[in-house]
Amino acid sequence: MRNLACNIAGIPFANPIVMASGTFGFGQEYAKHYNINKLGGICSKGLTLEPRPGNRGIRVWETAGGMMNSVGLENPGIDAFLDEEMKFWEKIEPVKIVNLGGSNIEDYVLGALKITKDTGERRKAFLHSVDMIELNISCPNVKEGGMAFGIKTDVAREVVREVRQATSLPLAIKLSPNAENIVEMAVMCEEEGADCVSLVNTFSGMKIDIHERRSVFSNLYAGLSGPAIKPIALRMVHQVARELTIPVMGMGGITTAEDIIEFIMAGAEVVQVGTYNFMNLRAGEELLAGLNRFMQKENIKSLDEIRGIIR
Amino acid sequence: MYNILSNERICEGIYLMTVEGAFQEARMGQFFMLRAWQDAPLLSRPISIFNKEHNHIQFLYKIAGEGTRLLAALRPGDSIQLEGPLGNGFPDVMGRTALIGGGIGIAPLFYTAKQLDKPDIYLGFQQESYLTQAFEPYANELVVRIGGSVLDDLDLSRYENVFVCGPLGMMKAAARMAEGLDTKVYVSLEKRMACGIGACYVCSITNTDGNRKVCTDGPVFLAEEVKWDAELSL
Repeated sequence: MRNLACNIAGIPFANPIVMASGTFGFGQEYAKHYNINKLGGICSKGLTLEPRPGNRGIRVWETAGGMMNSVGLENPGIDAFLDEEMKFWEKIEPVKIVNLGGSNIEDYVLGALKITKDTGERRKAFLHSVDMIELNISCPNVKEGGMAFGIKTDVAREVVREVRQATSLPLAIKLSPNAENIVEMAVMCEEEGADCVSLVNTFSGMKIDIHERRSVFSNLYAGLSGPAIKPIALRMVHQVARELTIPVMGMGGITTAEDIIEFIMAGAEVVQVGTYNFMNLRAGEELLAGLNRFMQKENIKSLDEIRGIIR
Repeated sequence: MYNILSNERICEGIYLMTVEGAFQEARMGQFFMLRAWQDAPLLSRPISIFNKEHNHIQFLYKIAGEGTRLLAALRPGDSIQLEGPLGNGFPDVMGRTALIGGGIGIAPLFYTAKQLDKPDIYLGFQQESYLTQAFEPYANELVVRIGGSVLDDLDLSRYENVFVCGPLGMMKAAARMAEGLDTKVYVSLEKRMACGIGACYVCSITNTDGNRKVCTDGPVFLAEEVKWDAELSL
């Protein structure tokens, strides 16, 4: 076996494979298909303070090499998550990351406070709990909040600062590829005390039904993910990683172990796997086996040997 | 990966695929995610169980896009990936039961008919009927209608339970017909899916008590609980 260990803000990851928010539910669904305890980490479905019904209409559309989604942050709300889903999370081993969405700064702050308080109580009872918050300021599928916070650095700064003050948990900020300047955004996150940045979220895209003469999505635009975005995501991870001292979770179109190696070489500490979960229900298990095989073949003993080697 | 035994063209755009293998217990109305390609199209295709025997399973499907076109091109001996059985199918019921299928909506009703004790079966088609003879041995009464609505031949009050699969408008009409009756109408809904296992929230529908996922809460729902106007306006 190779050494696949990674570390973010003192939290050890058994390997760099983290399941991306919105593609893995809360883990239970995939646990029926393989041993998810092998994973490095899992990110929850995007959670908001109050439950959200999500967007109306068509929510998914396939594109060349990718797919667009317009789920619109449908989720049961933080309270329901803590009451119901944490019973499962208490029993599993991967690093547990809550993806926190919001419509305004107060929602983000109150959400972070609830998660932090719950984590403290579970830790006192010696139970597994949330390890990290991933602040989602980049969802392109909600009209208010979401990506609106993630485009302009000055607007995002206020959210990051307020949430940083509200939680003692390690804090990752999930960045939008639609940001005006993604490097400037990432530097801001580090300045404001974030422990990590994760990038990239989906690209804002569009599909028009030319017969009906309207967008197929009720929200007009939708988020593009999948292999089609990988080269752009990889470039952005590379640009950001070399400017920061805090680690980067890299993601965007990963479907093979070789893709993971590319993101690590570009400077990512760990990677997130999203759309590939829909193509392969056992994505995590198979990517991990593939990563071990690749490192064996190339005689790479540790990911640290190759991390960030592309200058 | 499973071996395809046959992939027969039934009529224009309609195919019946037989896949070799002993599959775990599958309930009536459940589905599998089918995939016979690597990267494109990106997503697998949810297809309901048409029939299952001890050594094979069958899927009846209509060519609707790129994925089903690729499925239709498969030949005996080709491989296919199946995940399932998935979803929450038709319930076990007591009393007199009718099955109503519209077009390719007949697909989940054959295996269902085999599980029940001789239901009445109503099958409706727009232009051309297919596979109706297969239903005969399992039907108390078999009504086939080409053109118009098969619901026109039907008195729902004769039944304790009605299972419907077909176009949304037809299922909504069946739900309306049951208003004020003691008849329970169950509908099998179809929706675009990504994961098929309840993780992605892509296939949500609006129910009387909130959102429900077609892949795991359904595909079968009690018709009176579906907010039909919301679904039909999509």
